[in-house]
Formats: sequence, structure tokens, C-alpha cells
Amino acid sequence: MPWNRRHLLDLQSLTAEEISAVLDTAAHFKTVGERSIKKVPALRGKTVVNLFVEPSTRTRISFELAALRLSADVIQFSADASSLKKGESLKDTVRNLEALNADFIILRHSASGAPHFLARFAQAHIINAGDGAHEHPTQGLLDVFTIRQEKGRVAGLNVTILGDILYSRVARSNIWALRKLGARVTLCGPPTLVPRVFEKLGCRVTWDLESAIRDADVINLLRIQHERQRKTMFPSISEYAGLFGLNHSRRHLVKPDALIMHPGPINRGVEIDNSFADGSQSVILDQVANGLAVRMAVLFLINGGRQEEIAA
Amino acid sequence: MSHVLLDAASLGRALTRMAHQIAERNGDEDGVIVVGVQAGGIHLARRLALILREIWQRDVPHGTLDVSMHRDDLDARGTLVMRSTHLPGDITGRAIVLVDDVLYSGRTARAALDALNDFGRPRRIQLAVLVDRGGRELPIAADFLGVKASPRANQRIDVRLTEHSQRDEVLVEDAMS
Repeated sequence: MPWNRRHLLDLQSLTAEEISAVLDTAAHFKTVGERSIKKVPALRGKTVVNLFVEPSTRTRISFELAALRLSADVIQFSADASSLKKGESLKDTVRNLEALNADFIILRHSASGAPHFLARFAQAHIINAGDGAHEHPTQGLLDVFTIRQEKGRVAGLNVTILGDILYSRVARSNIWALRKLGARVTLCGPPTLVPRVFEKLGCRVTWDLESAIRDADVINLLRIQHERQRKTMFPSISEYAGLFGLNHSRRHLVKPDALIMHPGPINRGVEIDNSFADGSQSVILDQVANGLAVRMAVLFLINGGRQEEIAA
Repeated sequence: MSHVLLDAASLGRALTRMAHQIAERNGDEDGVIVVGVQAGGIHLARRLALILREIWQRDVPHGTLDVSMHRDDLDARGTLVMRSTHLPGDITGRAIVLVDDVLYSGRTARAALDALNDFGRPRRIQLAVLVDRGGRELPIAADFLGVKASPRANQRIDVRLTEHSQRDEVLVEDAMS
């Protein structure tokens, strides 16, 4: 088995074989969700803490349901009602959770590298559920899982990621997973949000929407993250929608079998319009369903992992 | 070092005998489903289903069952490779014959019982194994048995089938230390 890790911190450090191991395992967990009894006892007696220092709904619910379907006990710990508000450090919070025998800590944090920091001292398994603009590894895994499921492969496909790349942890995790599995990755958006430095990750960077989507087998749209942006990144939302939004006027540019993906939550009328979001090429809801199977697979695999991460 | 426990001819005879015993203990009306436990039991299950087809003169459904989500020793075993589970239709009310290659601690069989429980409520479940090597840790016994063996604890039973190997045979091997 090419998996021996105790934590899932990022996709940058995973091998293609490790990524494939998660996808293969997730495929089996997906069939569990199709049974009348959707629960298996694999993590019976384990305690999973959802430590979401930054707000999230869909990722938190997906992890919670994944843990419950593996028969683990789940504790929700959100920042707005917690000791972190009272000035407790993240390290002390985690030590307190470990004193309660938490086996898994799923961390969402606004600081890049926060899960890596925890992995240096924590006894529990750490899963990164999104750290700043760094990575969101389970989102990257569920996106490549969805592509592989729909297209039968990832290698050799043209995948375009469109939108706010600079601030997006989803983009970074996707880039790592896609490049390792052999896809060709194109990044597109306004120059302020798609700097040329991403070419160093092996991606094509273009600011021309037409050239970005014409040959794409997959178009992954990222949300414009108002909360992370200073107003100077582009003049207005409506200008962004006009220049980079995927709408019906661009239908003729998109391959008829291209997959339309979006990690959610979608801003209808900004990065995507209804004709694409609800169209037959959209796999946006498949991504949500697959996310559950991928997170079950991650919990299952790291529960069996023995190898200590080398703390950077 | 290794020696042959079953050669191709005796392995074939063992399967034929087991199939006839299955047919004696289960009527045609019981709707027998032969289920191979991943990974060692799946080819044996298919072969038993084919012999039962000769006996009963009708198709005998067979399936596969992965038990890694239901094991009680996950913490001790590290990360497991998961394989497919495919049951041919509803198992409720049917007679299930679980098939595995080697019966040792009994923990795989126990996990298989739990896993089947998630799919329905069979009328009965019986266990067929090619090799019983003793060493049980649970009150579990085979209903249909190919051969008994008494290897030392550091020896392993290697079941080789033509689906993967050159010939059918069962070897007792000294484990590499």
C-alpha cells in the first residue's frame, strides 16, 4: 500500500502513487454511500475534532458526515464561540483537545502552515481543511477524483482553472494534484490575480479567456473571494463578470464535453451564469458527493498511517 | 523452504468435494449465493459456484466482499488496500456461503459477518475454506473444509491459483525473517 502517512497537510508533498491510493480508496467508500446502511465501523471509538478557526459550512459538514459514516465520534469546535476568542493560543487549544483523547484534528485556519505547525507537536492525526491561501488538500483530491470519474483519466487532459488564483488554496492544491497526475494546467484571470510566477509550478498562464477555455477538457471556476481582496485587484465585479465570467455568450468557445467544476459557494452571475452552473456539463454537485467519499478515504488511510511527517 | 500441501489434482478434488457438501447441506430452493472474501476467496468462490452449477443445473450467483472497513484489528494492521464489494442482488432470506482461502485467527470471518449484516439479513451464513491452519482467536469454525494443516506460527500458507500463478497449488512456506 503506497500510503503510510499519519497526517494530510498538503498535496505538494504527496507522490502521484499516494494521490492515486486516496482516489482508489475513495471509490470504494463511494459505494458505501449507495447502500441502505451507509455506515461502517472502521473508526469506531475514535474521536474526531472539527477545529474550524475560520468559518466554513460545506467543508465542515462534509468532514463531519465522513467521520460519522466511519462510526467516529465528532466534536465541533468553532472559533466564534471558543477559547481562541478569549486569547488562548492554537497550541494550547490543541493540547486541551488532546487531553480529551482526540484522535483526529481537522483544522481550518486563516494562517498558511497552521496544520504543519500542529503536526510538529500533536499526537493526533492532523488533516488540513484549508490553511490561508496555501492549500486545501481534500478539495484538490475531490476535484481530481471527479475528473477521473467523469473522464476516466487525468493524465493528458487540458484543465483550466479560472478566476482568483493568487488568493486561492483550492487552486494551489488542484495545481499540485493535477500536475503530479499528468494533466496540462492553464490558469486564467485578471493579471493581478494570476501572476506569471505560477508558471514555475508547471502551469500555462494566460489572461485571455478565449485561449484558456477553447481546448479545455475541464474548466474549474473559482469564486472571487471578496473577503480576501483589496479593492484594487480589479475595477468592479461587473467588469470581472464581463471579461472572465463563464456565461452563455461564451458557449461556442467551450468544448461540448468539457466538465464545468466549481468548489462552491458559487456567485451566480459573477464567475458563472445559470446556463453553465445548472447545465448538463456541470459536475458541481458531483463534487460535493465525491467530497464525502474522499474525506472518508483520507480519515481511513491516515488512521492506518505510521510514518511521522518530517517537520519543516 | 517450502513443501506442497495440495497439488493441482488434490486442490481440484477438494473443491469438488466441498461443492457437493454445500449442495447436500443446502437445497436448490435456498437460493445459495457464494461470496468470496477479498482477496484470497474470490477465485475459489467463482470456482465453487461453477461446480454447483453443474450439480444443480442452473446458474449459481457469486459475489465478492471486502472486509477492511469492518476489521477489529485496523489499528494493528496499518493501512489496508481496499478492494471491491459486489453482491449479486439482495441477500435477505438467501443462504450465503462465505469463501476464503485460509482460516487462521477467524477475525476475517468475523468481519465478513458484520459486513454482510450491513447489506441485509441472510437466512443463514456458512463458511467454506480451502485450508484450516488452526490458531483460532474467536469461536468460529468452517462448515466446509478442503484440508487441515498444522504449520508452525512462523510459516505461511501460500494458496496459488491459475488465475494469478502458473498452476494450482497450496504451499507451506517458511516466512522470510
